[in-house]
Amino acid sequence: MTRFSGMAVLKNALNGHKGWREQWPDSEPKKEYDVIIVGAGAHGLGAAYYLAQEHGITDVAVIDKGWLGGGNTGRNTTIIRSNYLYDESARMYDHALDLWEGLSQELNYNVMFSRRGVMMLAHNVHDVQSFQRHVHSNRLNGVDNRWLTPEEAKRFCPPLNISRDARYPVMGAALQMRAGTARHDAVAWGYARAAAARGVDIIQNCPVLAVRRGPDGAVEGVDTGKGFIRAKKVAISAAGHTSVVMQSADVRMPLESYPLQALVSEPVKPCFPCVVMSNAVHAYMSQSDKGELVIGSGTDQYVSYSQRGGLPLIEHTLAAICEVFPIFTRMRMLRKWGGIVDVTPDRSAIVGKTPVKGLYVNCGWGTGGFKATPGAAHTLAHTVARDEPHPINAPFTLERFTTGRLIDEAAAAAVAH
Amino acid sequence: MSTHRIAGKGRFDHGGPVRFTFDGKRYEGRRGDTIASALLAHGVHLMGRSFKYHRPRGPVCAGTEEPNALVETSRGKGRFEPNTRATAQELREGLEVRSQNRIGSLAFDLQAVNDLVHPLFSAGFYYKTFMWPRSFWDRVYEPVIRRAAGLGRAPDAPDPDRYAHRNLHTELLVIGAGPAGLAAALAAARAGAEVTLVDEHAEMGGALLSDPDVVIDGKPAWDWLAAALAELDRLGVRRLTRTTAIGYYHQNFVGLCQKLTDHLDEPPEGAPRERMWHVRAVRVILAQGALEKPLVFDGNDRPGVMLAGAAQTYLNRYGVLVGDTPAIVTSHDSAYHAAFDLADAGAKVAAIVDVRAAPGEGVLVEARRRGIEVLTSHTVTGTNGRLRVKSLRVAPVSGGRVGAARTIACDCVLMCGGWTPSLHLFSHTKGTLKWDEALDAFLPDRSAEECHIAGAGRGLWGYGAALADGAEIGVTAARALGLDAEAAAPVVERDRTGTGETFKELPTDGDAGRKRAFVDFQNDVTAKDIRLAVKEGMRSIEHVKRYTTNGMATDQGKMSNVNGLMIASDAVGKAPPQVGLTTFRPPYTPTTFGAFAGYHRGRHFEVTRRTPIDPWAEAHGAAFEPVSLWRRAWYFPKAGEDMDAAVARECAATRGSVGIFDASTLGKIEVQGPDAVEFMNRMYTNPWTKLGIGRARYGLLLGEDGYIRDDGVIGRLGEDLFHVTTTTGGAARVLNMMEDYIQTEWPDLKVWLTSTTEQWATVALNGPNARRVLEPLVEGQDLSAEAFPHMSVAECTVAGFPARLFRISFTGELGFEINVPARHGLALWEALMKEGERYDICPYGTETMHVLRAEKGFIIVGQDTDGTVTPDDAGLSWAIGKKKADFVGMRSLRRPDLVAEGRKQLVGLMTEDGDVKLDEGAQVVADPEQALPMKMIGHVTSSYYSAALGRHFAMALVEGGRDLEGRDVFVPTPEGIRRATVTTTAFYDPAGERLKV
Amino acid sequence: MLLIHCPYCDETLPEAEFAYAGEAHVDRPADPMALSDDEWAAFLFIRSNPKGVHAERWRHVHGCARFFNAERDTVTDAFVSTYRAGEPRPGTKCSAGAPAGDDMKVAAE
Repeated sequence: MTRFSGMAVLKNALNGHKGWREQWPDSEPKKEYDVIIVGAGAHGLGAAYYLAQEHGITDVAVIDKGWLGGGNTGRNTTIIRSNYLYDESARMYDHALDLWEGLSQELNYNVMFSRRGVMMLAHNVHDVQSFQRHVHSNRLNGVDNRWLTPEEAKRFCPPLNISRDARYPVMGAALQMRAGTARHDAVAWGYARAAAARGVDIIQNCPVLAVRRGPDGAVEGVDTGKGFIRAKKVAISAAGHTSVVMQSADVRMPLESYPLQALVSEPVKPCFPCVVMSNAVHAYMSQSDKGELVIGSGTDQYVSYSQRGGLPLIEHTLAAICEVFPIFTRMRMLRKWGGIVDVTPDRSAIVGKTPVKGLYVNCGWGTGGFKATPGAAHTLAHTVARDEPHPINAPFTLERFTTGRLIDEAAAAAVAH
Repeated sequence: MSTHRIAGKGRFDHGGPVRFTFDGKRYEGRRGDTIASALLAHGVHLMGRSFKYHRPRGPVCAGTEEPNALVETSRGKGRFEPNTRATAQELREGLEVRSQNRIGSLAFDLQAVNDLVHPLFSAGFYYKTFMWPRSFWDRVYEPVIRRAAGLGRAPDAPDPDRYAHRNLHTELLVIGAGPAGLAAALAAARAGAEVTLVDEHAEMGGALLSDPDVVIDGKPAWDWLAAALAELDRLGVRRLTRTTAIGYYHQNFVGLCQKLTDHLDEPPEGAPRERMWHVRAVRVILAQGALEKPLVFDGNDRPGVMLAGAAQTYLNRYGVLVGDTPAIVTSHDSAYHAAFDLADAGAKVAAIVDVRAAPGEGVLVEARRRGIEVLTSHTVTGTNGRLRVKSLRVAPVSGGRVGAARTIACDCVLMCGGWTPSLHLFSHTKGTLKWDEALDAFLPDRSAEECHIAGAGRGLWGYGAALADGAEIGVTAARALGLDAEAAAPVVERDRTGTGETFKELPTDGDAGRKRAFVDFQNDVTAKDIRLAVKEGMRSIEHVKRYTTNGMATDQGKMSNVNGLMIASDAVGKAPPQVGLTTFRPPYTPTTFGAFAGYHRGRHFEVTRRTPIDPWAEAHGAAFEPVSLWRRAWYFPKAGEDMDAAVARECAATRGSVGIFDASTLGKIEVQGPDAVEFMNRMYTNPWTKLGIGRARYGLLLGEDGYIRDDGVIGRLGEDLFHVTTTTGGAARVLNMMEDYIQTEWPDLKVWLTSTTEQWATVALNGPNARRVLEPLVEGQDLSAEAFPHMSVAECTVAGFPARLFRISFTGELGFEINVPARHGLALWEALMKEGERYDICPYGTETMHVLRAEKGFIIVGQDTDGTVTPDDAGLSWAIGKKKADFVGMRSLRRPDLVAEGRKQLVGLMTEDGDVKLDEGAQVVADPEQALPMKMIGHVTSSYYSAALGRHFAMALVEGGRDLEGRDVFVPTPEGIRRATVTTTAFYDPAGERLKV
Repeated sequence: MLLIHCPYCDETLPEAEFAYAGEAHVDRPADPMALSDDEWAAFLFIRSNPKGVHAERWRHVHGCARFFNAERDTVTDAFVSTYRAGEPRPGTKCSAGAPAGDDMKVAAE
């Protein structure tokens, strides 16, 4: 692996960039691996990296039906925060945040983690109660998050409209300063490069057709577009397609896949310093380093794998943006795209073992999987390597849907009275 | 002085000038000009700076696909916008234009220093550096990068303009009014189809506007065009210009954005600036034509280098000669026509440099006739000129070897690398594309929608072919609509047919590593960058795109995608389709947020629901709070009162005498039918069979997961009739849930539901004097405690209005809720206020309601519960019918975690110091001394000051809370640790004595 | 915006009039109390989520307000059929090739 540095960039600038080598090879599958990870998104690639780096398991293949990082990794709005309500979630996301902070150096790849602060707007009394609960809970969990008055919120984000006459006036905001954004593609590429350097095979354009189980029920390997590949441990990290892959191993999942859309504006000079989220009006926004306003929309109401999404949702999202930030009506949407998000009944992820020996799963991140990337990858690797969950992902089991021990972040945001 | 305007050329009146400024300098243009055509008429090519290297740039195109000539425009406060395409924005009187993305002037941009050290900024360089020291990324490097990035400045004031939406159903939507689209619309309309024809330009005609010499059906092109448009109008075709089809969605739903006022000197008062059309078409014809590709060679980005077709458009449509000594570089016959048109208009063509060995014979003859030198099998190895191209270095290529170069002086370079079918909208439909080897282009393959593609969009070339295909497709569409139709292809003479080849970057001499051949102009992506990306392992076009940013500029890859693909596929060593084409994503051209938002701004962002009594509250100075879509009176401050003072007064007045509250927002559902009781038994946790007629009961509704979803008082008005109330926010959800069970799980039950939320206005009267206020107004019901005890309901007359009268209490005081038809709500309220005068009746809002109910320990679903609270957690086990075999959610209550020890239970919390208010949401711990992260055992759900108790009090959900009664817990806050004692939730009048009156 | 055929109104109308209501044929068990925790969890939470034809419920909430069933291809979002509540699934083959009946297992348990 060519080490990346300012010096290397300078040297290559002088020699016509002759010194750069391929960041990861495009591998052909071997007949057998110790571990196969299905899904070469940042979660799957990250798990492969941590398997190699922290557990010494390097005989690993990451297999994807398309190109690496082409799913939700490359389609999200890159928000990173950890100010979740429940202890289980706060620990998972804060673990991820700890890893985010050193990720560029660890991977020797600038993932551009930018701690610019994430501000969540409260638009009614119920929001205030809910976000205050988050702030208090986060504080005692050691997660930074503080309460801002509308005036403080506007100082932090000048384009914000805090008029009392707004249809949904801003009544305050919760701010996590340590939160921010990162460059999504770089996360996938950085993990891919670091994993490949440690011996991991990355096999692209190779659809996994089925998980094969032996007579004892345990995992034997996967059937793929490039033939059968043997492995005693298989981890599924296929986001929206997880249900389909798990079904092939006869495991039915509490998952539904919905279309989620996001969009960017044309690039402009810096005008938006932080990330702002408004759940009440369904809008969230930040400005990329390139200058584009990056805007997240909601999910369409029906399950779908089409990555298409409808116009009304985009209209509603941009109406919300114009309501909260009225100076942006003349900005132009440059492109919008769709992803497929896998959603669990309690809106929290499933990371861990399954009823099938040797089969592991990492899914159900819904609309918030990017921020969890290093945490999910790290704990998944631990679970696969030790065949038991890390304490941080231990609560994120499949069994919780039977016992009722849900981690219901959506319910905690609850309903208006 | 317009130095380059050619008299008699162009499609506009050469008379009346239109004045505008560019970077403060005054210019004159002509009505119908774009900013770019007007500046070019003055010999100005330099209009912008590129994104990364800040290289000087001029327009490449004459349309919306322009990557370079982006400017800031303004028409006063709030009407400033960045990144306007100078090649598309029409001139208007007084238009202010400013160049952007520069420090200093456009000619001397200090940031152009980036260009001097460009080798540092190769593809993806930022992934490889700026990592040390670790804390420097978001403190130092990123702010610097962010300031350098971006194009224009963001708007900084709210936009006063309006934006409109309109729906349209049409039989046939034709997108693109060039020759194919016109022919298709004509054919279909002649057959009787109801047709809508849209085009993004100010005028219809497409390429015909730039090719007046073509003869169609014996008429000069522009005469034929005028006749065609007149016929379309006669046939009733809806024609929309300045209208861009931005996105093609499911089942022929197409979004169109129409620009209405940006071209007008004085927009009519109140006129919308843009209108978004939501079109649902039975059939769609895509006739979007093809986009000309640049050629990729060293220095192909200097001002003065533009597409040959653009030069032809500037000449024929705008009467502007883009240069006096143009040099042409091409791989397609079409550029020859541009050269001929410019030569015929007086330009001295320096040379036609053709990359191909054998151009079409016809164009060679024409070139010879005009004495234009044609260099075949030649390449371009570089250009010169800082702010305007001055010369071109060309060299022969033979057997792959580049020969000796010579320099050709010129003042503009017109390039053409062939044409790419415009398939953006087709791609939005998830239609599939196939690679055509002969054309070196992607063509439409399988369509996922009821759409057709006509003309150049499917690889056809020449006016004859496009018109014939358009007519044919128009007929096909008409027939699909069930109409009889015959194709009649126009006869075309002097057609401009031709062929071409597609190339990767042109061969060059010297050190290829030093050549800067641009592929994506705006983002400064060179051929070298793409090859570097491939070398670094980016083998899919999506990786190449994301790594280099090729195709991610505001032209959305219209100029760069195919060239980038040709180079990447050469570098990978695979055919283009194996490397892939990036997905085209909506919108077709960048579209304002305002157009999407449409009318949904300000007060119209979402509807505001108001009760019939809302006008009274507003007139009496109420403060309001939003609750779901409603606005509710929050409190009624008197002069000088803040919320706390007002609420304390309202509470005291209600407990002391009588308070009046507008409860109209409560959800109300009429449950009726022979099986109404059975239905209620199945839905709610409570038993309903024995509830007498005229009696009411608190009802608790769970989700099937066992958690509390809603609650409310339910009155039985007859054997088969229940008046159900729900929470304000839950009304629609509860009705939907009930309907779901009735319709799909228990279709055998004879029961019907009617939402009556908006039919009834509801007024609550509470306080020891409530009966005295109400009694004089009631007819038909004895209100005495004996005749009408607590939890009664009756139909009677109140203040002369038919009413459903409940005796219930959400405050612990003697209470009534009076429902009258909504239209009488305000009159009822006023009658009660008048009657209550002598008791100092006090109107109160939601905040006082919350305090009074909390003093009684009554829960608010959504505040004291959060979707994870069971009836037992909330202390509501008593509301579960013990003998019931089933109700919604019952099975879930037996799940292991729901019966486990240590669940959070609702309790009271009394702070040690009664003056201390706990935050709602504050966390409860057993041990305040522990280190972070702390073990939290609960949280405060409700917290208020109680005038009745003379202190603050709170409710909280605490693990095993009921067993902790009397014990102390702690609430750590930023201000310090608060000690509090766990109590029951019956804070006020626990025995309920005050109801016994 | 999808176009949806309401089998009660017998009209094809825009999605804005309809509310999606989850997977179809997940019948509420007749005697929930007789079910094991696993069986009950399967009823509550397990969904087939197929990549292909999906049997699902919609409500014509701003029209006749009836719930009905639909088969829709989740890859293209195209409707294959809509039919009234209580009617059997027409049984269209999935585009992915798996038999449609597979998706209905949960309901029967």
